[in-house]
Amino acid sequence: MHELSLCEGVVQVIEDQAHLEHFKTVKTVWLEIGVLAGVEIEAMRFGFEAVIKGSIVEGAKLEIIHQPGLATCPSCCHTVEITARFDACPDCGSYPLTITSGEAMRIKELEVA
Amino acid sequence: MCTTCGCNHGETRIEGQFEGQRQEHTHHAHDGHEHSHTHDHSHAHHHTSESSQSRILQVEQDILSKNNEYASANRRYFNDHGMLTLNLVSSPGSGKTTLLTQTLTTLQNELSLAVIEGDQQTVLDAERIRATGVKAIQINTGKGCHLDAHMVGHALENLEHQEKSVLFIENVGNLVCPAAFDLGESFKVVILSVTEGEDKPLKYPDMFHAAQLMLLNKTDLLPYVDFDVDKCIDYARRVNPGIQVLQVSATKGDGMDQWYQWLRTVREAALIGYEPPTKES
Repeated sequence: MHELSLCEGVVQVIEDQAHLEHFKTVKTVWLEIGVLAGVEIEAMRFGFEAVIKGSIVEGAKLEIIHQPGLATCPSCCHTVEITARFDACPDCGSYPLTITSGEAMRIKELEVA
Repeated sequence: MCTTCGCNHGETRIEGQFEGQRQEHTHHAHDGHEHSHTHDHSHAHHHTSESSQSRILQVEQDILSKNNEYASANRRYFNDHGMLTLNLVSSPGSGKTTLLTQTLTTLQNELSLAVIEGDQQTVLDAERIRATGVKAIQINTGKGCHLDAHMVGHALENLEHQEKSVLFIENVGNLVCPAAFDLGESFKVVILSVTEGEDKPLKYPDMFHAAQLMLLNKTDLLPYVDFDVDKCIDYARRVNPGIQVLQVSATKGDGMDQWYQWLRTVREAALIGYEPPTKES
């Protein structure tokens, strides 16, 4: 359940942004979460509702942008889609692959007022 | 709420003293350890959305950016003091504390050692560490399932500044959550015992991906358990081709010399470029 800590991290970043950008309320939070980031989306939604209470983020809607897992295969040089770190290349069967995308845990955008 | 850095510890408790005295963490001295609470922001670009009231801010910041700021501050501190810091991670019951107490007992006359102990509850492990004669600070995370860089930064304030020491941070027993939280350590060392099953590296790939060294512990029990060492190492290398593996038995001593040699070597490397502080500072 480190998703709860991640949600706390989200609120901290947004509170800093509120000081900088002078907003009072947050309507929507867009998070980009990679499929390889080890984040359980349902736990994230649950944690988000729990930690935003009493903060500037209270009442905000959480939108998750899924980032696919991509890797290049050192053997056949193909770029392939993967869903786990240890996946073998679907084209030639070799591993390990070099992961190029899918590890993101990013606050992308905020809708604020 | 802490008045110095504005942190709110919630259920986290950090011991204030080494010798069994327990103190609630009430304020931070910040002596010598500059705890970064600066705000390093991306420049947000905004444009107005359909609704005239609201606007869209493009933030593009890592969720862990706060933790990573604290981790950077810790890392700077470790470098400035010529410290080698190891973040020990494993599932509960892997023999982490036994391995640590054996290591401390063996090396304490040779190296300057210190320990930060992370557990959800109790100071039992810190007491086991102190029984060896080595200083230990206990962090109780309450409901938290991992240590974060901010907790470690505060624990450092209670640890006597030890130039050129080796600091072991024993994380909360958990193969999932501590993987994502950089503490500023030099190395993550994952401990896996042969009683756990060889497929752990595939079941918990993030942790084995994040670690630089795997200690395969309790090898004295191999004759009694169904555990394929080669398969386990192969699985670990599937998620992390660069991971180094040492096979040890903390209770019987097998392989421990290799681990000590590894420690001595990485400590020497940590001291390259280190300049001792002048007497005045």
